[in-house]
Amino acid sequence: MVDESEVRRVAGLADIRIPDDELPTFTARFNQILEYFDVLDTLESDGGAGRTLHTVLREDEPCPSLPREAVLDNAPADEDGFVRAPRVM
Amino acid sequence: MSDVVIGLEIHCQLDTKTKLFCPCSTDYRDDGPNTHVCPVCLGLPGTMPAVNRAAIEYALKVAKAFHCAIPEECEFSRKNYFYPDLPKGYQITQYDRPLALGGYIEIESEEGGEKRVRLTRIHVEEDPGRLVHKGGGDRARYSLVDYNRSGVPLIEIVTEPDMTSPKEARRLLAQLRATLEYLGVYDSEKEGSLRVDANVSIRGHERAEVKNISSYKGVEKALTFEITRQRSLIRRGAVIERETRHFVEARGTTTSSRSKVEEHDYRYFPEPDLPPLRVAGWVDAIELPELPAARRDRFVAQYGLSANHARTLTGDLRLAAFYEEIAGNDPALAATWVADTLLGELNYRERSIGTVDPARFRALLALVKAGTITDRSGVEVLRAVLDGDEEPNTVVERLGLAATTGDDAIATAIAEAIAEFPQAVADYRAGKANAINYLAGQVMKKTRGRADPRELGRLLAEALTE
Amino acid sequence: MDDPFNAYITQWSFSGAGTGPLAGRTVAVKDNISTAGCATSCGSRILAGYVPPYDAHAVALVKAAGAAINGKTNMDEFGMGTTTENSAYGPTLNPRDVSRVPGGSSGGSAAAVAGGLADLALGTDTGGSVRCPAAFCGIVGLKPTYGRVSRYGLIAYANSLETIGPMGRTVRDVSDLLRVIARPDSRDTTMQGRPYEHDPVADPKGKRIGVPAEFFGAGVDPRVAETVRKAVETLAACGAEVVSVSMPSMRYALAAYYVTCTSEASSNLARYDGVRYGPGGETAKSWHDAFTAVRSGNFGDEVRRRILLGTFALSAGYYGKYYGKAQTARANVGADFARLFADVDVLAGPTMPVVAPRLGELADPLAMYLADILTVPANLAGVPAISVPCGTVDDLPVGLQLTGRPFEDETVIDIAAAYEEAVA
Repeated sequence: MVDESEVRRVAGLADIRIPDDELPTFTARFNQILEYFDVLDTLESDGGAGRTLHTVLREDEPCPSLPREAVLDNAPADEDGFVRAPRVM
Repeated sequence: MSDVVIGLEIHCQLDTKTKLFCPCSTDYRDDGPNTHVCPVCLGLPGTMPAVNRAAIEYALKVAKAFHCAIPEECEFSRKNYFYPDLPKGYQITQYDRPLALGGYIEIESEEGGEKRVRLTRIHVEEDPGRLVHKGGGDRARYSLVDYNRSGVPLIEIVTEPDMTSPKEARRLLAQLRATLEYLGVYDSEKEGSLRVDANVSIRGHERAEVKNISSYKGVEKALTFEITRQRSLIRRGAVIERETRHFVEARGTTTSSRSKVEEHDYRYFPEPDLPPLRVAGWVDAIELPELPAARRDRFVAQYGLSANHARTLTGDLRLAAFYEEIAGNDPALAATWVADTLLGELNYRERSIGTVDPARFRALLALVKAGTITDRSGVEVLRAVLDGDEEPNTVVERLGLAATTGDDAIATAIAEAIAEFPQAVADYRAGKANAINYLAGQVMKKTRGRADPRELGRLLAEALTE
Repeated sequence: MDDPFNAYITQWSFSGAGTGPLAGRTVAVKDNISTAGCATSCGSRILAGYVPPYDAHAVALVKAAGAAINGKTNMDEFGMGTTTENSAYGPTLNPRDVSRVPGGSSGGSAAAVAGGLADLALGTDTGGSVRCPAAFCGIVGLKPTYGRVSRYGLIAYANSLETIGPMGRTVRDVSDLLRVIARPDSRDTTMQGRPYEHDPVADPKGKRIGVPAEFFGAGVDPRVAETVRKAVETLAACGAEVVSVSMPSMRYALAAYYVTCTSEASSNLARYDGVRYGPGGETAKSWHDAFTAVRSGNFGDEVRRRILLGTFALSAGYYGKYYGKAQTARANVGADFARLFADVDVLAGPTMPVVAPRLGELADPLAMYLADILTVPANLAGVPAISVPCGTVDDLPVGLQLTGRPFEDETVIDIAAAYEEAVA
């Protein structure tokens, strides 16, 4: 079981806002699902994932990149060939 | 024993032709922003990473050169954090199954002997894009992003906290750079190809992590500043807080990022698009080239160099190659001229060895060796050759620097010196043999160093006994 | 084109070359598969206006095979749903009964085929998203072996589970489309270089069919169970040998699936930050405020819920309990399949425990998750599974699910074809 403040904390980690009025319902459903997940905890395990495939490597041979217009076409804002983003400082 | 404790986390760009997970060229430095990107390194929806074989091979070479343990399999993981230069919202890196563990780098210790700095691990990861902050004042108004760098392969080398001074940290980086360049996996001349975070503390106190160090000289500067800062805090009885600090290269200082170390929760998990990478067998097939330590020993054995000269000359791949190209039939003379003279002149000019024409330097050495010019004139010729575009011969002629013995100019200078410094003449005649050196110096000055020193000694002695 | 079922998000008319194995056929493409020059939204507002500059490998192959592509089909946002109601573009209706959902998340693709708007469709299947709507709409849908069809261009929801899958009115249609799309692609390095070159052979003689008791357990509508048992008897009558088997790992499968897919999704969906594509461009706010605003304003409820579940399952202190244990359960499911496939050629059971629910009926998230119980095991193990229509309950289609060994998509197709022929 997690409480509303824990849901808030996780929402903060995920950068997702849960409006105050939705929080109780959201938390209740969250717990309902987590409770269902609890069956996993009855498994004994050391967490050995056991991935069976192996990755295939690519040779170091350059291919043409996208034309810059194609890079910027989908960007909401651009400037002098750069993509514009919110300030980080 | 020093009470300083330093550990480094070093990121180097691997000098592959293409990026780590896509076939975009890494040769972007002369081109405009966002000209070396494709759907993969732009993180467009639906794209998938495909690992560059060369990046793994390069990383394995480094791991082998530094005596690391290399597990049969490694795995890529996602490090989740959100930043506009990180186009997927996570960085593909290696977490609990890195490419290499342990190992060490040998450096010259503060006390002068050999010292092993242990490595914790080496792993491979992708570089993020580059941010430019726009707008004036304290705070940028917005950011501009260039994704050309996004996806360039990096190796992160994490050391144990085995260094005890900024000088040792610098030496470690120098040794690392030399080895990586000998391995042909790294180009230190590419801007931004090295980034270092340093953990530094005074024994018994909390440590600070200094980020944003991007040059070899910067490391020594940043650490020296940080150690001084911590010592003065301790002296005043203050408590050192565990924090992240940023190195401000222009000022040579570190500043607090104003936050206590945030407990990041990166939520690492295995990259589902990249199954584990099997390298068993591959490592054994990799043959390493001659590395700096081996070349140093060979220089001592083959050219009869001093340990110091050998260390200096092998400390940089291009320098070592340059030396071998010009060593010729007088390797000792060549070593002295390269290690003691040329490097100083290059340092002063902030130039690299790559800018020196070996043929011209060889011609200069030939002139010195033949006695055509004196050592002192040699330095003058070297400077002219470095600053202009002339052959050493031409410089000698233009400046009239040919060593002159027995000609009028020298005879005149000797006569003048004897006339001007009667005390020295008297001393010499009274049996003070050293006095002749003073007079020789005066003659040298008058002839701008063109006189051959041995010949001059003979001529002066003759003149004084007359 | 008239679209009475809201099967399409974007209509498109890419005309085929007129030659090639799919010449003269129309293909509908799920809107989470990238199409160069044609908007691709994943049923989400967060990709509004996004036009990919490249084709998914499967799309390039379909184009090269001479097919016409007539649009991008509706889906649960990012594939997160079992009904196609979780779309920013409104729900798709089931052509068999427009008061019912078509299933999901490839509900648009299924409705396009079932409603006669397209001959064939590409869907994607992360936990049943091809098979569920195929079952609910009464068509055939295949989840191929993981690594058989390139995922390059498939917009990731849960990379380790999902694959592109063919949908059609007959098993032969599905086989024809698989033959086109199951081709090597060096950009997807989880591919195993196993192209599909097969033509269905409708002969089940000598094949052993396992029927796991757990596929008929609690939550399965008895009428659906009965319909499927009859279908299995039909196969037995055609010469297949039917044996009862057990799959104890089923107990953990659904939880393992939801922990894994939400964990991967929480990471996959971090790229939608409004910087490089999608709604955004807001630079008055600081980065984290802008990022939070873009995500909170443009992701639907179910997507936000799964991002939070996945973030939680991967976070410090919980990783071992959730993500770690889920991988163990996943390995157990794989081991169970391996054990069973040492003895039988395919496993048979219902695709879905129920017939198509009414619109709005599966509003409770957990109830919706539970509906995936029979389809998720194949995704956890990466094995092929097909849903083929096998009768009706209350005039609503029921799907027979046949699950096979890895890279034996041919076998599940053959047995499905045999059933189809037997009841034709």
